[in-house]
Amino acid sequence: MSERPLVEIAGVRKAFGANVVLAGIDITVDRGGVCCIIGPSGSGKSTLLRCINGLVQIDSGTIRVDDIAVHALHSDQELIALRKRVSIVFQQYNLFPHKTALDNVMMAPIHVLHEDKSVVQERAYALLAKVGLREKAASYPAQLSGGQQQRVAIARSLAMNPQVILFDEVTAALDPETVKEVLLTIRGLVADGMTCILATHEMGFAREVGNLIVFLDGGTIVERGVPAQFFAAPVEERTKAFLSQIL
Amino acid sequence: MITKRVLFFSIAFFAGSVAFAQAQSAAGKPGVLATLVKWTPLLFHGFLFNLAISVCSMALGTALGVVLGIFLISRRAPVERSAYWFMQVFRNAPWLVLMFFVMYLTPFEFRTPFGTVPFPDWIKATVGLALPVMANVSEIFRGGVVSLPYTQWEAAQSLGFDYLQTLRLIIVPQAVTRMLPPWMNLYAILTQSTTLASILGVTEVLTLTRNVLGAEGRTELLMPFYGYVLVWFFLYCYPIAVYTKRLERRFAVAS
Repeated sequence: MSERPLVEIAGVRKAFGANVVLAGIDITVDRGGVCCIIGPSGSGKSTLLRCINGLVQIDSGTIRVDDIAVHALHSDQELIALRKRVSIVFQQYNLFPHKTALDNVMMAPIHVLHEDKSVVQERAYALLAKVGLREKAASYPAQLSGGQQQRVAIARSLAMNPQVILFDEVTAALDPETVKEVLLTIRGLVADGMTCILATHEMGFAREVGNLIVFLDGGTIVERGVPAQFFAAPVEERTKAFLSQIL
Repeated sequence: MITKRVLFFSIAFFAGSVAFAQAQSAAGKPGVLATLVKWTPLLFHGFLFNLAISVCSMALGTALGVVLGIFLISRRAPVERSAYWFMQVFRNAPWLVLMFFVMYLTPFEFRTPFGTVPFPDWIKATVGLALPVMANVSEIFRGGVVSLPYTQWEAAQSLGFDYLQTLRLIIVPQAVTRMLPPWMNLYAILTQSTTLASILGVTEVLTLTRNVLGAEGRTELLMPFYGYVLVWFFLYCYPIAVYTKRLERRFAVAS
């Protein structure tokens, strides 16, 4: 008997005014699975991720994360319950600039999960060590490079002990040198069995860590598949054209 | 803050007005400077009272203004609209008119189960001045909050912070540096406006000056006495203005 998928997205539609961003999306992600969403800019990747953690309300369809029906959430309290399980890492890191790296990691567990400060601090140091920034604990975001900030942001997400982490083009704003260190960090999470959904332009990385590749264009899924088949033998003309431009 | 040049011009202005008055004084009258010195303790006491009113007004107005500001940025349209019009009314009414309102709408004492509590004029003036301060602070608060990138809200919400936590822990601590310069500006204006309380009969510095001049009965003293008070206010408010400018420049560089 197969386990129920951790994330189930079915028939999701979203429009901003007359602009249809998502026109019927179906994706399922198993526990421990890694789903990579690729596609040109403006294809709806970011919006889809924001729908999964409730930052954006969908117009129709259903989104389920574990036992939470995301599409039916309305009150702040319900959304907070969801966000304790689903973390998101943003393209622009969005660290809190007035707090040190350590405080950035510690704030949510203390104020949202109401955990004991000493317990959180120990975990925060361990997480910073995990992303290779133990010695930067006392630094402010402005004193860190883009790649370091992004790794702090990943540690901040992990501190909530989420079931799923969403990565919204987390390397797109970085210079090529630091892209590597961030990808290395994500690779570590995948190896630990963390369920991840990534919107990404890093095809090589998607191919390596993903077990499901979804190609999104114009708000619809053009093609999906396991990486080996998807990258080696894409079926759709649109996919071939996109891949030939990127690779 | 108070540079040598500023101090020089302040003293020159004051000395000029004293000399001018002295020249017009009738023979046999006490010297202008001596008269000023004689009344200085009383007047300075009054001036300190003005400062006390300004501090109390600012504290009350800021507390109320932050609450109103939180309503101004509410996502609920009826709350936001009501707060908006409430703010507009108090921001666009003359300060003196608001003071008269408070003056005549409130009793001079309150009866409570524990006895009668007096409600003196200076408290009325403080409340009257706090109203426009409240309206202006609420707008400063709103402006500071919306000047932050929306991504900070998204990041906080994504980590499960609720609305008030997001404001208190993430948004306001960052926005406060942007709110500080206009807030200090407002305080300087408020301090100058405390002299309006003289119209309500509060024995602050302007009232005292008028009383002193009435007692002396010498028209040539008008200029040095009012000039004296003017210099005090200037020397108190000018450094605030300079410091505000400095902060503005520093934050402009920082962001």
